Amino acid sequence: MQNNEHKRLDLKEVRAKLEGKRGPQYWRCLEELAETEEFQEFLLDEFPQQARGLMPEMDRRKFLMLSAASLALAGLSGCRFLPARKIVPYVQRPDEIIPGKPLFYASVHPFNGDAIGIIVTSHEGRPTKIEGNPDHPASLGATDAITQASILNLYDPDRAQNVTNLGQISTWDDFLKAARDTLARPGGGAGLRILTGNVTSPTLADQIATLTGRYPGTKWHQYEPVNRDNVYAGTRLLFGAPLNPVYRFDRANVILSLDSNFLLSMPGHVRYAHDFGNARRVRSKAVSTNQPAHNTMNRLYAIDSMPNITGAMADHRIPVRASEVEAVAFALAQQLGVAGVTAPGPLPASVPPQWLSGLVQDLQANRGACVVVPGDHQSPAVHALAHAMNAALGAAGTTVVYTDPVEISPADNMASLRDLVNDMQAGKVTMLLIIGGNPVYDAPVDLNFKDQLTKVPLTAHLGLFDDETSARCRWHLPETHYLEAWSDARAFDGTTSIVQPLIAPLYDNRSAHEVLSELTDTPGTSLDIVQGYWRRTRPSPTFDAFWEKVVHDGLIPGTALPARTPAAGRAAAITPSPPSPSIGGGAGGEYEIAFMPDPTIWDGRFANNGWLQELPKTLSRLVWDNAAFMSFATAEALHLTTEDMVALNYRGQTLPVAVYAMPGHPDNAVTISLGYGRERGGRNAEEAGFNAYALRTSDAPWFGPGLSITKTGGRYFLVGSHMRNSINMAGRDPVQHATLQDFIKNPDFVRNDAEVHDPPLDESFYGDAHTHEHKYEGFGTYAWGMSIDNNVCIGCNACVVACQAENNIPVVGKDQVSRGREMHWLRIDRYFGTGRSNTDYLANPRTYFQPIPCMHCELAPCEPVCPVAATVHSAEGLNMMVYNRCVGTRYCSNNCPYKVRRFNFYKYAAGQPNRMPGNFDLPTIQLVANPEVTIRGRGVMEKCSYCVQRIDMARIEAKKADDGAGREIQDGEVLTACQQACPTNAIVFGNIKDANSQVKKLKDEPQDYSLLGELNTRPRTTYLAKFTNPNTAIDPADSAEAEEVAS
Amino acid sequence: MTDDQTPGRVKEPVIYQPAGAVVTETPLITGEHNYQTIDNTIGNVVLNQRGHPAQWFMVFGVAFLWVNIMLVAFCWLLYKGVGIWGINIPVGWGFAIINFVWWIGIGHAGTLISAILLLLRQQWRNSINRFAEAMTLFAVMCAGLFPLLHTGRPWVAYWLFPYPNVLSMWPQFRSPLVWDVFAVSTYITVSALFWYLGLVPDFATMRDKARAKPIKMLFGMLAMGWRGSAQHWWRYETAYLILAGLSTPLVLSVHSVVSLDFAVSIIPGWHATIFPPYFVAGAVYAGFAMVILLAIPIRAWYGLKDFITMKHLDWCAKIMLATGLVVFYGYLTEAFYAWYGGDRYEFAIMHDRWFGAYWPSYWLLILCNGLTPQLLWSKKVRYNVPALFIISLIVSLGMWLERFEIVVQSLHHEYMPSYWGMYYGTIWDYATFFGTLGFFTFMMFLFVRYVPMINMFEMKDLLNRITHFPRHAHEGDGHEEPGLGAAKEHA
Repeated sequence: MQNNEHKRLDLKEVRAKLEGKRGPQYWRCLEELAETEEFQEFLLDEFPQQARGLMPEMDRRKFLMLSAASLALAGLSGCRFLPARKIVPYVQRPDEIIPGKPLFYASVHPFNGDAIGIIVTSHEGRPTKIEGNPDHPASLGATDAITQASILNLYDPDRAQNVTNLGQISTWDDFLKAARDTLARPGGGAGLRILTGNVTSPTLADQIATLTGRYPGTKWHQYEPVNRDNVYAGTRLLFGAPLNPVYRFDRANVILSLDSNFLLSMPGHVRYAHDFGNARRVRSKAVSTNQPAHNTMNRLYAIDSMPNITGAMADHRIPVRASEVEAVAFALAQQLGVAGVTAPGPLPASVPPQWLSGLVQDLQANRGACVVVPGDHQSPAVHALAHAMNAALGAAGTTVVYTDPVEISPADNMASLRDLVNDMQAGKVTMLLIIGGNPVYDAPVDLNFKDQLTKVPLTAHLGLFDDETSARCRWHLPETHYLEAWSDARAFDGTTSIVQPLIAPLYDNRSAHEVLSELTDTPGTSLDIVQGYWRRTRPSPTFDAFWEKVVHDGLIPGTALPARTPAAGRAAAITPSPPSPSIGGGAGGEYEIAFMPDPTIWDGRFANNGWLQELPKTLSRLVWDNAAFMSFATAEALHLTTEDMVALNYRGQTLPVAVYAMPGHPDNAVTISLGYGRERGGRNAEEAGFNAYALRTSDAPWFGPGLSITKTGGRYFLVGSHMRNSINMAGRDPVQHATLQDFIKNPDFVRNDAEVHDPPLDESFYGDAHTHEHKYEGFGTYAWGMSIDNNVCIGCNACVVACQAENNIPVVGKDQVSRGREMHWLRIDRYFGTGRSNTDYLANPRTYFQPIPCMHCELAPCEPVCPVAATVHSAEGLNMMVYNRCVGTRYCSNNCPYKVRRFNFYKYAAGQPNRMPGNFDLPTIQLVANPEVTIRGRGVMEKCSYCVQRIDMARIEAKKADDGAGREIQDGEVLTACQQACPTNAIVFGNIKDANSQVKKLKDEPQDYSLLGELNTRPRTTYLAKFTNPNTAIDPADSAEAEEVAS
Repeated sequence: MTDDQTPGRVKEPVIYQPAGAVVTETPLITGEHNYQTIDNTIGNVVLNQRGHPAQWFMVFGVAFLWVNIMLVAFCWLLYKGVGIWGINIPVGWGFAIINFVWWIGIGHAGTLISAILLLLRQQWRNSINRFAEAMTLFAVMCAGLFPLLHTGRPWVAYWLFPYPNVLSMWPQFRSPLVWDVFAVSTYITVSALFWYLGLVPDFATMRDKARAKPIKMLFGMLAMGWRGSAQHWWRYETAYLILAGLSTPLVLSVHSVVSLDFAVSIIPGWHATIFPPYFVAGAVYAGFAMVILLAIPIRAWYGLKDFITMKHLDWCAKIMLATGLVVFYGYLTEAFYAWYGGDRYEFAIMHDRWFGAYWPSYWLLILCNGLTPQLLWSKKVRYNVPALFIISLIVSLGMWLERFEIVVQSLHHEYMPSYWGMYYGTIWDYATFFGTLGFFTFMMFLFVRYVPMINMFEMKDLLNRITHFPRHAHEGDGHEEPGLGAAKEHA
């Protein structure tokens, strides 16, 4: 108590104080009455409860004022200074180049005896993206995954960059001196051998001819591991001359595939897929000129030995072992009445007789509108029988056209390589120049190419990579990428194009043309050589105009090979292929082995391409690996499961390999894809998979009996993009499907499915339909949407790589994919299912493909959960991602029912956690990046943007039109990257507010449905149902499939 | 007085005899105590630093080790990115969110004890509220680390706060994560204030008792000039009541908001209206398990059995049983509505929980949270200290599994069959989780050593009441003022 010294109360004072008071007063003592300070103090100390509030000096306003001020001051931390960086503008602008505006050049991608016409986007002189050339017959504007990804090889940091002599860096001059010295020696020219792939370049063939003329005795060998030997052997067997069949699927109602994969791996497959898709597309109304009303579908039968997308698209498919296809072909030919053919043996047990008879009836009912397509790897007898059947069915000349071979100088690859090896062994070879290819890795194992190579005094390998062959050759010569040097190439039908380079060679690399020109002592640039060749063959005063036009257009008109009318077939001469002799290895096992080109890295030449390595294989979904595919029944019989290690013993060779149980694979057989198990040739290539070439022999390059399988007990980590979980649709129906017959009977089957319908717009807690309409259809002119036709999606993956290339999507590596962290904005879901009549979906399933980009939901579940508004909706209906704003809570991804959002768990773009070619911080890989699209950093969510950069590009053009008056963006002006790449036009994008747009019309089709529409997310991406067109004569029960749920 | 070896025990003349005839069963303070012995018993733990039991050093050492592991894990996380964890697409949230929810839940018991029981005038809270509040504080600290660090870019996590900025960007208020920010930051602020405010009179006692000058000065500063005047007491009580009033809704709101992180989404297994009450019950449940886990060793090691009696443990166990039953009811309801609702995705999730890839964790959860607590119906079990300890451990594990089930099992198996996936924690996930356990223990043990762990003045007040108003003392019907007379005299 501080106030213990009480002042005496002065009554006078009290009275004086009280005089001024009015009203009633209550008091307990005089001190209180007088309101003395002492009394107040006492009161406060002894009875604090009676005093006024806690802090009388702080009122509500002052409190709020102070809080606001402190908050405002706290905000000052938002100021920061970013480091200044300098950019260098063009001092003298090159012609045609406007910074920020891409240029487009026509070129062609020569590939394995085929060529696909392309248009390459160039940003400030660097090629960044490949699209199909709409004028080119092999492309028609579309591409495939390999062509899309081939641009990454150009910038591959592991590319060979130096001439090396025995591994030491050397120079071109040194090599040329060594070569000329060897050639100048007596007999030196006679000992020169040139090994190339299958050459479709007229200029290169001409140069080789010149070289052989100059050094008589020089021999030219051609070898590619995936070749068309059997195609030509088969046509020779039947017609007496090797012919190149060109199929016209647009004219075929019934297609029989005899173990072929014409949708993915035959020359011309992009065109084939396009024609196939057109004949399969179901439309109730005309959508556009290329999508007319169409209520029929072609019918595809597949007799298949390997898991491939052609079989996956088939209406009727039977898995048989590769060796059994011939027996089926004989039986078919006999039943079709091909003169002189009798089946030498019984049908394989797996082919039901009524299946075959139904097929025969169907083919005969469609004479002239059906086609039999043998697989490139099938035996010559199968090819001969197929073409004999085509002739018998009136297909020859209509649905299949024969031309001379596309290769300038076709050679039996296996014989050609064997000759070379024999010559090497005999010591006849003084100099071997290997142009392209990688024979040390991919030559048949029995030829022992690797060891024979040591007997050649001078060996040189011109290649894109320092690979196995380079390591075994004395000289390694770095080759230019096809986008770095001029050349020419023929497509599947013979159409010739000029390969136009987009960029000067990045390193001191030279093309095959330049190297050969040096050896003939007529050195020149690749342009001189190629242009010179055409000037010679097409002398004309207007040659320069001609040249400019063919380079600009991307093809030389009128160069398609003329159709040949082959002589009457000698079908009676077709004899069954002899059983393959067993080489080495004693008795051999009871299984059959088959080899197939890999659907992504092909024969191994793309093994270092991160985009292709990380691309899920079309059916198995594997990434970064191959595996021994076998049926579930075979795996079970051997007590094996996926990922078990086995040793494959075949003809004295042994290969340890991981098992992958593949639905739909024939029993008692193993299929393994080529191209893996590389020892050298880049960081990505060297770590992946198993080398199937170790088992491949020259007499049975594609399949053969006598394989034995022993379990070795180990496990191998196979990684698929969600492979284990996507076996079937688990009782749900992401892919709506029906038979065509049922669909015609009941066109509204999708809309009648209670669980798929979109709830009505006004079914909402808040507001009326009006509000929704304005909010979600947008205020402006455009409302972007997409339609994806599950019915014509062939699962070829072209769209996935196109998206990766367009949107700078990083490669993350096998380990990260195994953790479910792949970054693809667009994925293709693959489901297996079955018809009612076939209950064992593992043995022979139906396959459903469904590309899944972002759905751009009008009521996007991702948007309201983002705490920082990093994902928002545009007025035009795009669900947008603001990378800068994203803090990375991942809530949006959790709340996305479609799981289309991708998260940068590491700094993937900069090569974390696995440094590999494909990371955008590598100086060369930086060049492939699309400058229109941000490269995303760590901790940021990303996803499909409907290629918003392309929309904006079109918007700018539209606004500039009519001298700045502007116009609306026209339908078809914006093509998303996936849409542009798709060979079957399964993806259509556009403005759904435009009643005449393709996409709007597609969304009005009766089979249009929203994925998970019952969640009321109102996706802007919708799907068209998948149909099958079964032959009721074969499978009457199959027609009831629509109600059935595959699981 | 049972154990003379315990530090801080000073023999005093007995002035208080428990009025056994009136106070039934176990009283709230056992043994023979006067104000002095209360001060000494509790205060000397802090002032007499030499007398710490060996167990303290052992546990503290292990905890310190884990703190360091946690720091290493955090550094590595900040350096590399959240990729070092097991999260993926589809399971975008893993250990971090599980741990966040678990820790936040644990905090709830402290708030419930300090706020709701205060308002309800439950006298028995006095002996345990101090360390229960400390527990809340440290648990919320542990919890708060996770949402910050689990973001892809933690250095910009402050964007979740509504601060003025040149972009005029506000957080997106529709997102439950923003609600979380407010809920948790309010929670930790109020809890810290509450805890500190309650400590002020005790700090003053410590200041008065301390002999060494620096210690005196330290406690003097912490006591903020507390002299125990009636005005101080009056202000103290007003503030304390206001904070209790603020905290009371927080007990319900914080975990309700946390549960909305899940309930607001459209994911089957998350999208459930039962979540808010079910989460709150789970939180109190987990929190009392942790109170018991902490109380049992502390009362044994520091001879505080007179203040934290079997009665206290018994009541904690009863609350645990009650909330445990609510939680179990939640599980049953979830299962029932998965069937009754007829939604195939919801049903598939439930089916997956029971028979899918993570079935052991679900059934272990039912065992831990559904069945084990039923033992607490028995008074024998409630009065058996080892049994209580083990049951509390099991409940803590069960509550962690419950969050695992909600977070992981719902995400890994939702709408698109093509995008089902698995989630496995990595070594860094475990290091972080056990690291925060270490951090929590580390902080608790520092607290026990340097701060009076039981509210001395409230104990003295309680003693005063027991002595003078034995009839009402532990019934807590509080006819009298929440009198502070005894403490006032002393302070």
